[in-house]
Amino acid sequence: MTIALSARDLRLSFGARKALDGLSLEAESGRVTALLGPNGAGKTTFIRCATALLTPESGELSVFGHAPGSNEARNLVGLMPQATGAWAAVTPSRLLGYLSRLYADPQPVDGMMALLDIDEFAGTPYRRLSGGQQQAVNLAGALIGRPALVFLDEPTAGLDPRARKTTWDLIRRVRDAGVAVLLTTHNMQEAEELSDHVAIVHKGRVRAHGRVGDLTRDTGSLEEAFLFHTEETS
Amino acid sequence: MSLDFTPRPVPAARGRQLRAHAAMEAGLILRNGEQLILALLFPMAVLIGGRYLADRVGLGFQELAPSVFAMVMWSSGLTTLAISTGFERRYNVLERLAATPLGKEGILAGKGLSIALITLGQVVLLAATALLLGWRPVLDPLAGLVALVVAVLAMGAFTGLGLAMAGSLRPETTLALANVAYLAGLPLGVLLPVSALPAWSQLPVSLLPTAALGETFRAASRGDVLLVPILVTAAWCVLAAWLARKVFRWTS
Repeated sequence: MTIALSARDLRLSFGARKALDGLSLEAESGRVTALLGPNGAGKTTFIRCATALLTPESGELSVFGHAPGSNEARNLVGLMPQATGAWAAVTPSRLLGYLSRLYADPQPVDGMMALLDIDEFAGTPYRRLSGGQQQAVNLAGALIGRPALVFLDEPTAGLDPRARKTTWDLIRRVRDAGVAVLLTTHNMQEAEELSDHVAIVHKGRVRAHGRVGDLTRDTGSLEEAFLFHTEETS
Repeated sequence: MSLDFTPRPVPAARGRQLRAHAAMEAGLILRNGEQLILALLFPMAVLIGGRYLADRVGLGFQELAPSVFAMVMWSSGLTTLAISTGFERRYNVLERLAATPLGKEGILAGKGLSIALITLGQVVLLAATALLLGWRPVLDPLAGLVALVVAVLAMGAFTGLGLAMAGSLRPETTLALANVAYLAGLPLGVLLPVSALPAWSQLPVSLLPTAALGETFRAASRGDVLLVPILVTAAWCVLAAWLARKVFRWTS
């Protein structure tokens, strides 16, 4: 199995607050790796390090063996940000058309829009879309360049059950096609349904990781495991 | 349609990426009503109004026309860029694009290209209008070359200052500050010649990039060559680039 993302002992502070405090993690191709953690645990900070928006103070981080932000690394990744991620006035069709032009062999824009039911609102400015519609556009944007590693930062937050199911099905298809998927979520059911590997992050460090079965063996449920490993005293 | 998600990430040629980004940014700016007023309607009004009123305030039309060119560079390089970048940062556009083949350098290069194209279009349109209204510049190759060099350096300084603002402040603060800076710059050498200002203020104002650009354009229009503004704008360009690099944050 190919290691798509490798992080070892990452450390990064914002003033006195340690956002990453020795975080180590691996994500493999053809696997969904879920990051679970309370708000402020360091999940989004970690993704921002992997896309070179932030630079860790120490530790090792690589994307398919390349430095984050290098030409090689950024060609290989797709990103769905946690919120917005588009110009307020841009329409979905224009945004996706633009993103596709950054690649030599992108997914067909019409096909992506049809798959995620975006064509119904393809001409509506992004700022007028519902939260769920914006999420669909963001997911399409993350996948349009046929990435080998995709970061999905809370991909189903605010989605209705049908849209969530569509998103889950798509994530499984992407994973089965060989893409490494790293997603963050607060939804335990989502982590159980989708993940091949789960990492529970708290205060900038991975407190526990493994398959869902491994993590729930002692606690009975993923939620209990989450609560156990994110106790304030831990 | 059945899509195949097998990884096959191949970046487009760099030139195509930059053109795509520049076209997207320029299109968004030109579709924005407020930006269009700032970019075209306001300078055009100053130019046309000035044709008939400038003499009454002691500023000849031959000086006003090149001043208006400096005005659009000041507005596009600083205000337009700062405001659009500030909101891109707020809306995570920069975060998303940094994780594409475009990358941070491509984002900045595409922005620079879009602002350059918009400014070039503004100057061409305003110059044509000015010529129709009676502007008759003295064509001197050296003066034209110096004006071009100063224009590039001044735009570098303005964009550096705009990025420093957009990359470190809230977008609402950037919006207010960039507009105030725009208005403040107009009498500080952009529209008004330094010689029209009080004697005590002429030296400090002449050290501003706004005055360096305005004075150079007005001189070039007369066929005169000024060399000091090259040094002034070069110094501001380096200073602004250093500041932007130091304070710019890609996320809000």
